[in-house]
Order: sequence, then structure tokens, then C-alpha cells
Amino acid sequence: MQFFGGSEISPSPPVPTVSGNNAHMMYVFNRNGVCLLYKEWNRPLHTLNPQQDHKLMFGLLFSLKSLTAKMDPVNADKGNLGVPQLPGQGCSFHSFRTNTYKLSFMETPSGIKIILVTHPKTGDLRESLKYIYGLYVEYVVKNPIYNPGSPIKSELFNTALDQYVRSIS
Amino acid sequence: MAAAIYSLYIINKSGGLIFYKDCGTKGRMDTNDSLRVASLWHSMHAISQQLSPVNGCSGIELLEADTFDLHCFQSLPGTKFFVVCEPGTPHMESLLRYIYELYTDYVLKNPFYEIEMPIRCELFDINLTQAVQSDRVALLGR
Repeated sequence: MQFFGGSEISPSPPVPTVSGNNAHMMYVFNRNGVCLLYKEWNRPLHTLNPQQDHKLMFGLLFSLKSLTAKMDPVNADKGNLGVPQLPGQGCSFHSFRTNTYKLSFMETPSGIKIILVTHPKTGDLRESLKYIYGLYVEYVVKNPIYNPGSPIKSELFNTALDQYVRSIS
Repeated sequence: MAAAIYSLYIINKSGGLIFYKDCGTKGRMDTNDSLRVASLWHSMHAISQQLSPVNGCSGIELLEADTFDLHCFQSLPGTKFFVVCEPGTPHMESLLRYIYELYTDYVLKNPFYEIEMPIRCELFDINLTQAVQSDRVALLGR
């Protein structure tokens, strides 16, 4: 389970633990699989068109969560593989690493999934993802014109996010 | 340094489970579940290569979850070895390479072993049990 202490953004972002190149890209999904935000800073290789890419990413994360809930060696009572899990239920993963990238993942209790794809030598980004969620709450959720479930088009959010992600690289 | 390894899986290049060893998880998985988990991992490994932002991705090497870590090693022919262990356990990569050596010695060189089929080699089991004992894993790190 993940707990979020306090409802306002901390005055200063957490000390960056990462070292290495800039972040590659970032996704934000809601609980229905709608891609609310996709940002790309450095992506030389595009394998699929954007819609397929988002669907594939969401599907991968959904299946990985199902896998980790089932493979959990500590909890004795697990559901069957493939049973949809509520956010926060069952063991969830927070990152995976390949030889070319590292994907950091965070799911909030409301089902918002934040994904950051970075250089493989990046450290633990959980605090940074929490900070980004704080930015989302301040600039997007608290915006009265924003329609929940629709793609995010807030300039302020984009700028703040850009600034923060560049600062952790 | 105690190395707590929960389980070990070996999958052939088509994604079928050929070896599964459980070293102490609670709620032990039955055969069907372990088969499903293995094929699911095989597909996830392949999809992760598709989503790479740069060329040359060879799939997931480490998955970090709340209560366990999963280390995966893929050999050149495509056989995958993955181990579920306690978060932060060191030297898992060298353990996986050592297990690959045991696999080539006791399984592949066994003339009665049919490739891609489930592994039923006693010597492999014996050596593997020795390898996953905690003092042995600590030795591999040196």
C-alpha cells in the first residue's frame, strides 16, 4: 500500500537521486486506461504509432501488476491470475529495468498511474513520482475547467513538469 | 549475508516452463499457476522490448516490487532463467549465470535430455540446491 502524507506539494522537491541522461518519456493513465498525458523528451526509436504504443504500455503494466500480485511470496491468499486488482490491492511493482531503459511506476489509490522511462542507471524514483503526482493534483485536479478522464492540456502543468524532470536528470 | 531466494524458473525459447523450484514461498503455486506465470513473464519480456525508446533492448533484467525482486537472465539461444528473491538481495546476476553453467553441464550435455522439454536431471537438482544455499551465494560475490 502506498500512503501520501499531506495534501499539498512540499515546498521544495525531494533531493534528486538520479544520475545520468535526461528522461526519455512519461505517461499518465487513469484507471480506465485513458492516456491523460504523454511527454517525450528523448526517444530515438518509435516502434508503434501513438495509440498502439499507449495501449501496449497500459496493457503491459496491467499484466505486470497481475503477475506480481500472483507471484508475491509473502502473502498466502492470492486471487487467480488475471483477476482485476483494485488499486493498492496485492503486491505491486515500482520499477523494472532493461539494458536500455528503466521504467518507474506509481499507482495512486484513485487509479492514476504515473510512468517515467529513464536511463537504466537511474536510482529510485518513487519520491520523484510522488512529487509529480503532487504537481498533477495542484495544476490539473484543482483546475475547475479540467474534465476528469480527458487528456491534460494545462500549460502550467506542462511547464512545471518539464522543469522538474529536467532538474532530476 | 543471508540470501533469501524464494523461487527459480527456467523457460524455454517458446515460453514454456521447463523447470520450477520453490524454496519457501507462502501459498505455494500449483503446477498450472506456475505454467501461467511463466508464459505471462515470457510475453511481458517480449513486450518490454517493443516499448524501448532506444535500439537494442534485450528485455527486462530486473523487476522491483514491494515484497520481492525478480532477476531475469536470457541466454543467447533464448532460454530465460529468472529468480524471485528478497528485495535488495545482491549477486543475483552471478547466481543466474552460475545456474546457466549448471544447466549447460548437467542438462544440455545429458544425452537423454530432450531439448525444450521439462528438466528431470537429478545431478542438476543436487547442484542447484547447493548453489542456492545462502553461504554459497555470498561466496559468488567475492
